[in-house]
Amino acid sequence: MTDKPRTVPVQSATFTPAVNAEIRRAAATGIYDIRGGGAKRRLPHFDDLLFLGASMSRYPLEGYRERCGTDVTLGTRYAKSPVRLDIPITIAGMSFGALSGQAKEALGRGATLAGTSTTTGDGGMTPEERGHSRLLVYQYLPSRYGMNPADLRRADAIEIVVGQGAKPGGGGMLLGQKISDRVAAMRDLPAGIDQRSACRHPDWTGPDDLEIKILELREITGWQVPIYVKIGGARPYFDTTLAVKAGADVVVLDGMQGGTAATQDVFIEHVGMPTLACIPEAVRALQDLGMHRSVQLIVSGGIRNGADVAKALALGADCASIGTAALIALGDNDPRHEAEYKALGTTAGAYDDWHEGRDPAGITTQDPELAARLDPVEGGRRLNNYLKVMTLEAQTIARACGKNHVLNLEPEDLCAITMEAAAMAKVPLAGTDWYPGKPS
Amino acid sequence: MQVIDLAETTLRDMNAALQAQNGSTNQTAWQILNPRGAHALAVGLDAPLDVTVAGPTGYYCAGMNARATVRVAGSVGPGVAENMMSGTVIVEGDASQYAGATGHGGLLVIHGNAASRCGISMKGIDIVVHGNIGHMSAFMAQKGHLVVCGDAGEALGDSIYEAQLFVRGSVKSLGADCIEKEMRPEHLTALAKLLESAGSDADPAGFRRYGSARRLYHFDIDNAY
Ligand SMILES: Cc1cc2nc3c(=O)[nH]c(=O)nc-3n(C[C@H](O)[C@H](O)[C@H](O)COP(=O)(O)O)c2cc1C
Repeated sequence: MTDKPRTVPVQSATFTPAVNAEIRRAAATGIYDIRGGGAKRRLPHFDDLLFLGASMSRYPLEGYRERCGTDVTLGTRYAKSPVRLDIPITIAGMSFGALSGQAKEALGRGATLAGTSTTTGDGGMTPEERGHSRLLVYQYLPSRYGMNPADLRRADAIEIVVGQGAKPGGGGMLLGQKISDRVAAMRDLPAGIDQRSACRHPDWTGPDDLEIKILELREITGWQVPIYVKIGGARPYFDTTLAVKAGADVVVLDGMQGGTAATQDVFIEHVGMPTLACIPEAVRALQDLGMHRSVQLIVSGGIRNGADVAKALALGADCASIGTAALIALGDNDPRHEAEYKALGTTAGAYDDWHEGRDPAGITTQDPELAARLDPVEGGRRLNNYLKVMTLEAQTIARACGKNHVLNLEPEDLCAITMEAAAMAKVPLAGTDWYPGKPS
Repeated sequence: MQVIDLAETTLRDMNAALQAQNGSTNQTAWQILNPRGAHALAVGLDAPLDVTVAGPTGYYCAGMNARATVRVAGSVGPGVAENMMSGTVIVEGDASQYAGATGHGGLLVIHGNAASRCGISMKGIDIVVHGNIGHMSAFMAQKGHLVVCGDAGEALGDSIYEAQLFVRGSVKSLGADCIEKEMRPEHLTALAKLLESAGSDADPAGFRRYGSARRLYHFDIDNAY
């Protein structure tokens, strides 16, 4: 028998092995996939932008010697005591419950060493966190788990969470495995049951109500601390406009790459706008209101290094914020736990079943033995190192662009290397003076 | 008796005067005149004060109250006594939406009716409504008691956790996972105490009890809509 030439097996670009595996998993279980982390798909992102640097037409600053400021003040609009940060990077809100007490403490320690703030999360404020954080932002969430006026008055700022980039329009779910007695008591619910966090606030509905809610929070805290409003990247121009109208001191804008503790995969991957596309729209809203730099803009969702920070600032943000990257700095998804990731059916870098509470790195867990693996002092040291490096990187870029403060970076310092990024960021495609949609 | 006239004093100065008593004070009796529907009146109190508001208020009256007794001689806007920790709030008129939302403790008494979402996400507060309550009341109610001497609107107790609901009149419909439950002697005793503290002479035996079927406690596709 002669071998007839055959076509080689071709995998479909539409029905990829991962897609097919998910179809089989759905068929076998009848339940959608819940996971932690942010969007994993490739999206137009900060990597698609470059800084131009300086040469003949721009004058750079000396790399190591000349001053390049990194301090940021948040909440200058109404608060008597704005939040003053040494670096333009904050630690985003991540709940005690999703994270272990040790992880929360490590975040507080690291942020404090670096001169920045950390943020509570769904589930309330823990003494460990308050005790180890010089600047602590208290989240005011739809669930109001653990919400109380004493903690409100202990906060350095209040962040009203309207949405998250990973799930704009979605609530939360903390599965029973992670509901220890302590977590349950803080949330006024029985231990061991799944806890849903509502997707809407219980006592206000639209921006007109929010304005009155903000008034109430200010009256309770004596107009001392800034009030942030956190929105997921959905319709950033209008959402920013309405947040400012409602009286926000600071707008926190979280793009779709932003992490979550536990959300449906379909929500994470298919709802929301990429961070890159959100920033210029929010900045335009602030500019149209005459509020750019008066109401500060914090941007999060996929920030990984000092270049990302510098690019967010150049597009008009006042500050960046990190969630996932901070967890990685503490040891999340570290290849040294590879054997244990394998045993959980995954691999280092891909582990995202944070809701199951079996994190080998001891971060996204309430299991006392696993949680004890994270030393909060060492974790804090690592986070501080990482924040320091990010800040040095952002300064390096700012100096190269001739800026004596990172906040002086501007869109004019940037070009885009893809059409998509040029259109979203509204900066010229490299080598041209044009971007799609540029007004003629 | 300290008297603050909101026709002459700003909201900020009024709240600051009351909040200045937080901790301990011997100036416990306060009267607020001319509230005229102002929002965020008498919020964030944390002292054993006795505050009377002489007229109707706007949103979030007595929000996050702790230890104080706040009496409103009139009706209140949305979110009265929201997130109350302890103390007592008494509304002599009607209450708008979200009365007692997310309250952790204390007693909220409404002599008139309460609109929709009364006791939403309540976390330990006791609420007694002498009249009727609107739809979606006790949504995701976690802990505490909601007593309704009149009727309840649609979807009472939707996605309820461990709060206990007592209704004397009709219930238009029950929300997801909310069911009628047996009224045992301990419930009658607790109800009698709540009615008494709210100044109601209603007979506990005339009430029905509602609570969680606990079928939504574990995430299961059969519970999804
Ligand atoms: C484990 C984890 C828990 C989170 N919990 C909360 C929360 O309780 N409240 C909230 O507003 N956002 C929460 N977030 C979102 C972060 O605040 C932030 O928006 C996001 O992580 C930023 O994107 P990044 O992870 O790409 O840095 C959480 C994120 C993670 C990774």
